[in-house]
Amino acid sequence: MVNLTLFINKIINLGYFSLNNRRDNMKIKQLSIFLENRKGRMRKALDVLEKGGVNIRALSIADTSYFGILRLIVPDPEKTKKLLEDNNFIVKIGEVIAVRMPDKPGGLGIILGILDDNDINLEYLYAFVEEKENGAIVLLHPEDINAGIKALQDNGAEVISAEEIYGM
Amino acid sequence: MIWNKEAECMSHEEKERLQLTRLQKIIKRAYENVPFYRKRFEEKGITPEDIKTLKDIEKLPLTTKDDLREAYPFGMFAVPRKEIIELHTSSGTTGKPTVSGYTKKDIGIWSECMARGLTMFGATEDDILQNTHGYGLFTGGFGVHYGAQKIGLTVIPISTGQTKRQIEIMKDFNASIVIFTPSYGLYLAEVAEEEGLNTKELNLKAIGFGAEMWTEEMRQEIQKRFNAPAYNIYGLTEIMGPGIALECKEHNGLHIMEDHFYPEIIDSETLQTLPEGEKGELVLTTLTRHGMPIIRFRTKDVTALRRAECSCGRTLIKMDRITGRTDDMLKIRGVAVFPSQIEKALLKIDGLEPHYQIIVSRPQHMDVLEVQVEASPELFSDEIKELVGIKRNIEDYIHNEIGLRVDVTLVEPKTLPRSEGKAVRVFDKRGFN
Repeated sequence: MVNLTLFINKIINLGYFSLNNRRDNMKIKQLSIFLENRKGRMRKALDVLEKGGVNIRALSIADTSYFGILRLIVPDPEKTKKLLEDNNFIVKIGEVIAVRMPDKPGGLGIILGILDDNDINLEYLYAFVEEKENGAIVLLHPEDINAGIKALQDNGAEVISAEEIYGM
Repeated sequence: MIWNKEAECMSHEEKERLQLTRLQKIIKRAYENVPFYRKRFEEKGITPEDIKTLKDIEKLPLTTKDDLREAYPFGMFAVPRKEIIELHTSSGTTGKPTVSGYTKKDIGIWSECMARGLTMFGATEDDILQNTHGYGLFTGGFGVHYGAQKIGLTVIPISTGQTKRQIEIMKDFNASIVIFTPSYGLYLAEVAEEEGLNTKELNLKAIGFGAEMWTEEMRQEIQKRFNAPAYNIYGLTEIMGPGIALECKEHNGLHIMEDHFYPEIIDSETLQTLPEGEKGELVLTTLTRHGMPIIRFRTKDVTALRRAECSCGRTLIKMDRITGRTDDMLKIRGVAVFPSQIEKALLKIDGLEPHYQIIVSRPQHMDVLEVQVEASPELFSDEIKELVGIKRNIEDYIHNEIGLRVDVTLVEPKTLPRSEGKAVRVFDKRGFN
């Protein structure tokens, strides 16, 4: 009896572990780079990446009249962070979720609807077109990334793993 | 009209005689009643008897703002405190303020000087004067007030702020003279236009400018907007307040009330007195101030003295309008700001690099103070709202320190110029010269 309980607990723990692992795997590392609001700053950052042979998977810019934040998805985030920092940029690594959107009108609406229904606040999102699959991928930054992944997976959204994104 | 012809149109010889008598008397009073002066004179081996000519004033030690600060609060008084009937202080933005005390006689002199000045603007007892200078420890409000009342003008002591109300009252009371800082004047004009009031239709006959530096272009702009001539007022709390020098209808320099203040221009490096016409730091000595004689005070204001016949008939020497400072003090919208205060505020914020740059400009005739600060990894956040919050936070810290709103710009690391020794951190683009 005791042994059985232990065994069941073990299975549950294992399950939990693998579930968490699966979720961690769904977190895409994103670089955020501080840009001051001045001519040529974005170009300078992109030059550094080009010289370092970094391929950009996805990119977005958030800007205000005071400054901007350049957000990037690259195959090797840690290495790219170092490269940018060596060139005096301020870089932070954060996490986003990648979801393949149904390639039809209203596709994004379905995904946002899932987050909305689960009371998950979205801070920002951006999207890029996938050439091979002829579809689009949206990158989402919810307040709570774990809750976001769970809600999307539970509701049938196609959440893409980090490996797949980096390898595209 | 000249308020006091005898004093303002005195012959040169007569004036020098009067100045010498008064100088000898005040040096003696300072030496005998203020320990600070006695100590300073003794250090230089000078006694009041050594002052035999006006030129001998150059033998006397200079007095600085720091000296006055050390005497805080009442150490510079030459009379028992009960004879002092009014106190004012400088803004005190860099540590302790400096205190100015006035006896009844001193208030009389202040009123006289400002009455002369307002008369230069064409003021008579028929006028209504709106005084937007602040009433309080700042000398601006009261100085103008005393002069106006001495002449017998009707004074509207509205003080600073309540801009819409200012405009309403200016129109309803039919003010004929208004006193403001140039930047506040332009702000008033803008608000008036928004309220649908044509400032050109106000019945203004004169405007008095005080408390900040300005350019000739700014004067032209204000004169155009208010359809009235604008006159410069010079003064500083340490010496008295507004009324030390004012502009006549010539609009070409300010007449110094030489029978009450003895002006010199010195080279701020060598401290040598410069001849008339040369640009340097203005040094003032009070010739008649009873409660608190001030000997050779370094104003840090840059100007030149010019003695020439003036078409207004006054023989009082003229000084150019102030074109700069010998220290790094900035006057922003009339408020004294030192870069060290901004630095102090920045150092209170965790994660901030102590590299900054201050840029002062006057895009719409209003002073704008921009502080560029290098961002750091500690400060940076991926979220716009957090970054904006950090910017606001820095702005609040600086506001607390200097009392003015500034614009903070976060710049990338290592982009602000580094220099060995004293870094050039201030860029004043207002172009006063």
